Amino acid sequence: MAASIFEVDRESLSALEQRLQMPRREFLQFCATVAATLGLPAGAEAAVAKAVESAQRPSVIWLHFQECTGCSESLLRAEHPTIEKLILDVISLDYHETLMVAAGHQAEAARKDAMKAHKGKYVLVVEGAIPTKENGIYCKIGGHTAIDLLKECAADAAAVIAIGSCASWGGMPSTIPSLAGADSSPTGASGVAEVLGKPVVTIPGCPPNPYNFLATVVHFLTFGALPPVDKLGRPLFAYGRLIHESCERRAHFDAGRFAMQFGDEGHRKGYCLYKLGCKGPETYANCPTLGFNDVGESAWPVACGHPCIGCSEKGVGFQKPIHAVAKMLNVVPPTQYPRISEDVGKGASFASAAALAAIAGAAAGGAVMVAKNLGLSHQAAELEKAKDSKPKAEV
Amino acid sequence: MSTHSSSHVHAKPAPVGGPLFNAVTLISGVLILTMAVILLVRFVYGLGSVTALNDGYPWGIWIAVDVVIGSAFACGGFSVAMLVYIFNKGEYHPLVRPALLASLLGYTLAGVGVIFDLGRWWNVWNMFWPGSVNPNSVMFEVAVCITAYIMVMWIEFAPTFFEKFGMDNAKRKLSKFMFAIIALGTLLPMMHQSSLGTLLVVMGEQVHPLWQTPTLPALYLLSAITMGYAVVLFESCLASAAYRRSIEMHLLTPLAKVMLGMLAAFLILRLGDLVVRGALPRAFGLSLEAVFFWLEMLCFIAPFFVIGSAANRRNPAKLFVAGILLMLGGALLRLNGFLIAYQPVIGVETSGVNFSYFPTLPELLVTVGMFAIEVFAYIVITRRFPVLPREEVKPA
Repeated sequence: MAASIFEVDRESLSALEQRLQMPRREFLQFCATVAATLGLPAGAEAAVAKAVESAQRPSVIWLHFQECTGCSESLLRAEHPTIEKLILDVISLDYHETLMVAAGHQAEAARKDAMKAHKGKYVLVVEGAIPTKENGIYCKIGGHTAIDLLKECAADAAAVIAIGSCASWGGMPSTIPSLAGADSSPTGASGVAEVLGKPVVTIPGCPPNPYNFLATVVHFLTFGALPPVDKLGRPLFAYGRLIHESCERRAHFDAGRFAMQFGDEGHRKGYCLYKLGCKGPETYANCPTLGFNDVGESAWPVACGHPCIGCSEKGVGFQKPIHAVAKMLNVVPPTQYPRISEDVGKGASFASAAALAAIAGAAAGGAVMVAKNLGLSHQAAELEKAKDSKPKAEV
Repeated sequence: MSTHSSSHVHAKPAPVGGPLFNAVTLISGVLILTMAVILLVRFVYGLGSVTALNDGYPWGIWIAVDVVIGSAFACGGFSVAMLVYIFNKGEYHPLVRPALLASLLGYTLAGVGVIFDLGRWWNVWNMFWPGSVNPNSVMFEVAVCITAYIMVMWIEFAPTFFEKFGMDNAKRKLSKFMFAIIALGTLLPMMHQSSLGTLLVVMGEQVHPLWQTPTLPALYLLSAITMGYAVVLFESCLASAAYRRSIEMHLLTPLAKVMLGMLAAFLILRLGDLVVRGALPRAFGLSLEAVFFWLEMLCFIAPFFVIGSAANRRNPAKLFVAGILLMLGGALLRLNGFLIAYQPVIGVETSGVNFSYFPTLPELLVTVGMFAIEVFAYIVITRRFPVLPREEVKPA
């Protein structure tokens, strides 16, 4: 990883400029951003750049099931002008129901062709939950159930990525209705891993940050493998820490300054939203540090004044009421809080001023006495000397 | 300490002797006990229970006086050692041990005093724990350097104890590498005395322009060395007056001249800096800062009038007064920077937060107690251990 970004071949870069219609500087910025998102060491951006400029575009098959297409939308609506260009150039998106021009049998044929041509090499991205009740009849495409489509496409895929909370564990469609006697979701919506019976990489979120998906794909391109994940299949670079740990309002939490209701003084002052039901303390995601829409760190729900709903956390998002107070996973609130009002000091008290004056007086008095004695003994010594020297002078 | 030139034959140090119980030790003892009680309250109920510290003034007199001024007062050992060992003025050697004792006490207390001021003092070990340290911090430099110097000084002073307890072998072994210890003992104070000035540099605009300058490290170092000599004058005069011993005027008179030289260098830098930065006009308004600036200047300039002439430098009373003036000047330089000319909030009008600080009675009593420990320990150690040169018995 000692390569520097300056070693990236200039010629291939200019070819890239042509291909992407993107200035070289912006391209390198993108590579650095992705490397930073992945938490890779300095110099990795060069490897990323090399991989992106030269790698054969992997074929990607993107399946849509029980969902709202929000994940695709968030990827495409990224404010950064070149992301969609890049993602469409970096990968060869051979099947994506929302984006592809083809329709009907033509579309299905494209999927089959891609699967055959890139057998064992293509990346399968799944967006949306898979309904499992009544043999999965609640979601069919081209006459096939979501279960069958998923199993068919996953069989020969090099990697499977579940994007969004729905594909990760069922998400919103898996929510149990608040009806008497209901104990499961009406369609039996499940996540990809559950249906396939094996772990897959999940990028939960509603929608997830596009950079987290992009970085995962670029990691695959650069290193030929998916990034390290936690036990729920979430890439550690993005889901390794609780939102609470890097939240910009954390200092307010520690100091006990909370918004108690929407629009109150604390809410207007930007205090901690924990008591409004913020799920940051039990949700793993990098929202506070990455932000959304390429406008910096302050573009995410909590920064906008709404508590985190825990959309990327199974059992929290779409399940716990938004107003319910989060369970503290690894940080226990202090039993004592510092005062909110600042002590500004009272100035001199009579006792302390008098004591200071007394100390100064005693020191000055002592010094004068010592100086006086020293002076007197000096005078005496001088006289003595004068006396001693006089007889000598006479001799 | 075999390093000093053999051409100078000095009276060996000897214990002064005499009773340990007298009016001074008794009063010191009472003050120390008072301090202990206040510190007990402080450690049980926290800083807020005894101090006037607040968010605007997290440092009060326990830092500004006990640590910053206290350690500058304790520069006697360093200043004299520099004179004797670096500039090879062996004739001053009899002054080293008493000066070192005062430094040792001053620095040890300054080091301990830091802990009194730490809100969460039980975390203090983090300061030295490799995984916790922040090597870019000025305070880290000061903390580590002062700690190292305290240890170095105890080793430097160890021969006194070895002599007392007849541990000749240990003394001989130590003397083999004493030169390295002494070298460290002159290097370390230069590092942290200047860093104490850097502490203020990093506070930026919060410190009044009369005291905020990039030359602060140099000013603090120069004034600390000067104060070191002043303390030696003060301490020698006081010790001889208290113990009714003859004063080493043959050493103090030339030392006073060295001190005036250092003082002149300091003043040139201090005033030159004020003029170059264009801050001097700030001294000519009617403000608390201006008044304290002139007080400080008065203390620094007056010694030239008190002991400027050679005749006056032979008068111990004048040396004593000049020493006190210089110590006061150096103390004011530090007190002004750290507290009096320190403004926690810039633009009080707009922020509406106006912090103020004046030490509480318990805070003052702790500081007084710290100085009482020094007096108490000085008396006990000089009366029982060989520190001061043996009084020559003169024929009547």
